[in-house]
Amino acid sequence: MDITRVQLPNGLQVLLKEIHTAPLTSLWVWYRVGSRNERPGATGISHWTEHMQFKGTPRFPPEILDKAVARQGGYRNAFTFLDWTTYFETMPADKIDLALDLEADRMANSLFEPGEVESERTVIISERQGNENEPLFLLGEEVQAAAFRVHSYHHEIIGDLADLQTISRDDLYRHYRAHYVPGNAVLAAAGDFETESMLGYIRQHFESLADGSVSTTAARPEPAQPGERTVTVEGPGDTTYLQVAYHSPAARDPDFFPYLVTDSLLTGPSNLNMFGGGISNKTSRLYRALVEKELAVGVSGGVSATIDPFMHSITATLHPNANADQVVQALDEEVKRLQDSPPDEGEVARAVKQARALFAYGSESITNQAFWMGYSEMFASYDWFVNYLERLAAVTPGDVQRIAQTYLRPQNRVLGVYLPGGDQEVGS
Amino acid sequence: MTTQPAPNTKSRALSGDRQALSGDRHTLPGDRHTLPGARHALPGGDRRSFSGDHHHHTLPGARHALPGGDDITRAVLPNGIVVLARPNFNSPSVVVNGFLDAGSLSEPDELLGLAGFTAEALMRGTERRTFQEIYDILETAGASLGFSGGTHTSGFGGKALAEDLDLLLDLLADSLSQPAFPAEQVEKLRARLLTGLAIRAQDTGEMASLTADQIVYPGHPYARPDDGYPETVQAIRRQHLVDFHRQNFGPRGMALAVVGAVDPLQAVERVAAVLGDWRNPDQPESVQLPPLPAPGEPLRRKVDIPGKYQADIVVGVAGPQRRDPDYLAASLGNNILGQFGMMGRVGETVREKAGLAYYAYSSLSGGLGPGPWSVVAGVDPANVDRAVDLIQGEIQRFVSDPVEADELADSQSNFVGRLPLSLESNGGVAAALVNLERYDLGLDYYRQYPDLVRAVTVEQVLETARRYLGPARLGVAVAGP
Repeated sequence: MDITRVQLPNGLQVLLKEIHTAPLTSLWVWYRVGSRNERPGATGISHWTEHMQFKGTPRFPPEILDKAVARQGGYRNAFTFLDWTTYFETMPADKIDLALDLEADRMANSLFEPGEVESERTVIISERQGNENEPLFLLGEEVQAAAFRVHSYHHEIIGDLADLQTISRDDLYRHYRAHYVPGNAVLAAAGDFETESMLGYIRQHFESLADGSVSTTAARPEPAQPGERTVTVEGPGDTTYLQVAYHSPAARDPDFFPYLVTDSLLTGPSNLNMFGGGISNKTSRLYRALVEKELAVGVSGGVSATIDPFMHSITATLHPNANADQVVQALDEEVKRLQDSPPDEGEVARAVKQARALFAYGSESITNQAFWMGYSEMFASYDWFVNYLERLAAVTPGDVQRIAQTYLRPQNRVLGVYLPGGDQEVGS
Repeated sequence: MTTQPAPNTKSRALSGDRQALSGDRHTLPGDRHTLPGARHALPGGDRRSFSGDHHHHTLPGARHALPGGDDITRAVLPNGIVVLARPNFNSPSVVVNGFLDAGSLSEPDELLGLAGFTAEALMRGTERRTFQEIYDILETAGASLGFSGGTHTSGFGGKALAEDLDLLLDLLADSLSQPAFPAEQVEKLRARLLTGLAIRAQDTGEMASLTADQIVYPGHPYARPDDGYPETVQAIRRQHLVDFHRQNFGPRGMALAVVGAVDPLQAVERVAAVLGDWRNPDQPESVQLPPLPAPGEPLRRKVDIPGKYQADIVVGVAGPQRRDPDYLAASLGNNILGQFGMMGRVGETVREKAGLAYYAYSSLSGGLGPGPWSVVAGVDPANVDRAVDLIQGEIQRFVSDPVEADELADSQSNFVGRLPLSLESNGGVAAALVNLERYDLGLDYYRQYPDLVRAVTVEQVLETARRYLGPARLGVAVAGP
């Protein structure tokens, strides 16, 4: 777990970890900007900016960029989330200088050419349409909007269609210049390098970038929800889905770790891996109560690590012979069982062992290890990650019971149901 | 480029990312398509296979060395099971991955989906353990194991902490050799499969792909979906599962790889201890594929799925088998056509220049048989004709003119350079070892691979493209509103 942490004079934070098991290096550059930083009228602008970061600079025209990495056998991608945007390249170790060069260049020099902005507008609208084909996207979007009336977690990361149709090139460029500065970024690299020489390369590429001023947009805290909210989405298909979302604590909140264990007991192991996969959840409490009882054919759930309080979401795909009321009732009975009596020590210990195994799977991948370093910095610090298993292990059965009592109340949730058979309304 | 990676959530996990998207669509269910809770790391189907060297990220144990005859242990048990093992002590985990010679080719038309149903039912209870006991052992250890049916073979995959390898192998052997198919569990599984089919009927990508198969392979087993149809899955009785298992599952033609923090010789011994005595004297010989038919008329078909926002397009032909001598030329050509960089020429034209699609790429999925070679795109329903024209135009160019020497050199460099990346994790190495066995490539194949790739010429790429992608054979399937 030994890492090197350095801050350059222009504010760029650098985290380095040597791993000499394969001839690979993975480089990630993280920016503290995501849909959380967006206001109505500009929803989706962070994700669109991320797309534009693949559209070229004076030195690296768009057709050059992807090819240059692919030619070396590298793999690259980018992700936009609620709180952050990140870019990575995993390359043969001796080619990592190319990735450093590209990332430093596009931190400051992306062109956002009007023609490219327009062609990307339709690409992103197409991405949204693809999402809209999925009942769970349609349902999730409504549930999230119902859960957040005030906070900017209200809207989907991809943004509202109205904004995707109207955001301008200058809006995008301003967003880019306001947030893509070294002082708002974290660079994380893991792999087959010597720390001193890697640091030299990083200084060479990034130190000359102006520090810029970091635009801080104050979040608007979501007030406590005064009562249960319900939403219904009608759409095509034959399958009913239920999504139950409870307001849940932020990643830095002391309640976050006991909450992870609570979710683990209800819907299966919590998974911190971006690469490395998860495991099944057939012995979780809700699988037994919903799927084994033939009310659902599948159930899943999870809590996201976020800067501000987000949602603990539980999703069930209903059995053809069941209805949403029956599923909600069964879910409430399971929640009540947890509120009434703490779980066995063994059940909590089991959740910790599962987390340990998932960590081992995730640590096989250098890309995933580099991901972990920057990811944890976005909402807490790398220590959060290092202490993750220890903090899970410190959770007691009484903590889990308290979490269930505090958070898993109807007043604290949004109940969303996707009802099939509504294709006429939606398609018109 | 994608929204919502959301690690640490199981419901909102990675939804189709920028490049992993290409290729994944036909082999792995996307997260949003997956039934919540059914999240195994299952090996892909065998007809459209060999994803192993494409989009897995993964870390070989021996530093800077590709797997080869001197560090892969290969043993054949007396009952015919082939065991491959390679150590990696960099992480305390272990992966088991393999296949059996039993697939949907052996099922009758009226019971389509039987092989997959059987494979998925193996872990629903055995002579020794109930469903909940099996998963309690597995999940308590933080381990996973799953079976899935394919066209030619059935696959399985699992992982565990190295200390739990025996547990994993014991459950594997128990499920394979003594499944009980409890009636009540069969019905629960049936409900899940039927729900999966209902979701498939609403999935524009799946339906376009299925329709393309029906155009390209009329009357051929490849026109049949491995997961069947609602009426055929309804028709399957518990006894059919029992019989299919008894008649088709056996050690002959089975192979498995064990990769991770375990000594390879011990790995072989452990497999032999649990599976070495398994016998099935009734196991038939492998099913032979009938010859490929001419494509069916009309070549272009549309499936209506009302209420959807996007249409999916699949333009395809029957491609080469993995073992065909022109496979690498086709694979490099496919990379140029619709993979390299941002989805190759197709991505450049349909996405980057025309702005018509978030994804537009080509995929080559030949495995044990001549799986499809397709171009796929998801577009606004109003733009279907324009996108099909652009795709056909790129295919026309691809079969008319040789690719540029630079393009081929770029793709060759990409294939060679990304090999270590595909072997980064135990899962990547295990998939690579299984492919060696499945396609009889030889243990030194990955060492020879760079030379094999670099030996392909511009002329071979053109000649191969012409042989498969002739315009008269292109099936065009569209599914959407």
